[in-house]
Amino acid sequence: MTPTLYEWLRQSPLTGIFLTLLAYRVALSVSRRYHGHPLANTVLVGAGLLIVSLLALGLSFDEYFRGASFIQFLLGPVTVALAIPLYNNLARLKRSAFAILSSIVVGSVTGVASAVLIAVAFDMPPQIVLSLAPRSATTPIAIGVAEAIGGIPTLAAAFVIVTGIIGAVLAKPLLTLLRMNDDVVLGVATGIAAHGIGTARVFQISETAGAFAGLAMGLTGFVTAVVAPLLVHFLLS
Amino acid sequence: MIETFLWLLGYQFAGELLARSLGWPIPGAVLGMLFLFLTLCLRKGIPDTLRHNVPRLMTHMSLLFIPAGAGILAFWPLLAERPLAMAAVLLLSTLATLLISALTLTLLLHRQKSRKIRS
Repeated sequence: MTPTLYEWLRQSPLTGIFLTLLAYRVALSVSRRYHGHPLANTVLVGAGLLIVSLLALGLSFDEYFRGASFIQFLLGPVTVALAIPLYNNLARLKRSAFAILSSIVVGSVTGVASAVLIAVAFDMPPQIVLSLAPRSATTPIAIGVAEAIGGIPTLAAAFVIVTGIIGAVLAKPLLTLLRMNDDVVLGVATGIAAHGIGTARVFQISETAGAFAGLAMGLTGFVTAVVAPLLVHFLLS
Repeated sequence: MIETFLWLLGYQFAGELLARSLGWPIPGAVLGMLFLFLTLCLRKGIPDTLRHNVPRLMTHMSLLFIPAGAGILAFWPLLAERPLAMAAVLLLSTLATLLISALTLTLLLHRQKSRKIRS
């Protein structure tokens, strides 16, 4: 490739958009080929393929993100759209509102407390512990919370993504193992533990699970923003 | 499709404006979702454009997380400093959160059901 052509490839937003769509399309095929096996998760495979191709092409994340930011931008409107499946499940939501809200509070507290306690047990430095605390919340909330309690915002964002992928991969097998086959339970637990990435995953399993995951994700964000600073202060003092 | 995006972006916009004007650390899109949900409850139905287009949009939600997933590349040096402890913390705490949330909800739903049967 000539230097000017390579320069264009690194500068153009087209590269990032095209590579992301291509990686996702291949990940979809892999997921279908293995009949939706948890490890064939589309975010995991897609991001893995993308990392490999960025390294192969010698592109930095910033260069890639020039185009990929357009795709990431759509997360906003799609989050708003979660209101529709939720409304379709209004009857079930009304019937179990108390149980769902209670488990979201319990789950948010567990999300923060388990990360802090386990990280302290592994003797992690305080800044890392504080960046781990909000990892069950969605990225923008986690960044805000990490900043407020003295963690490293960008590191917190990375923990959020890894948490989401782990949750998306493990949720269904874990609940099947425990013989919990209710779509509402799958959805709420995944939304609490694995925010948007988990929500995207359970949407592939059922619309009901996806709707409840979306609701749980949103509320877990609220609760984490309120509870994390208090809980961290209490646990670390 | 245009109308669908006007609805979705409009609610996100409203959520964003509210969050920023009040200085809340909550993403505008999450507030937008709650506003749209309340609107649907009040008007007791989903507009045709949303009913038709949103389900197709949701099937490909995973695509939107791939850029952030690739972002791990940028943080790799930090994450790889203590790879085993890091993996253990993330894995164990995510498992604990999943497990406790699912158990709490199952228990509460079960109690609710048996109470209804008794009454």
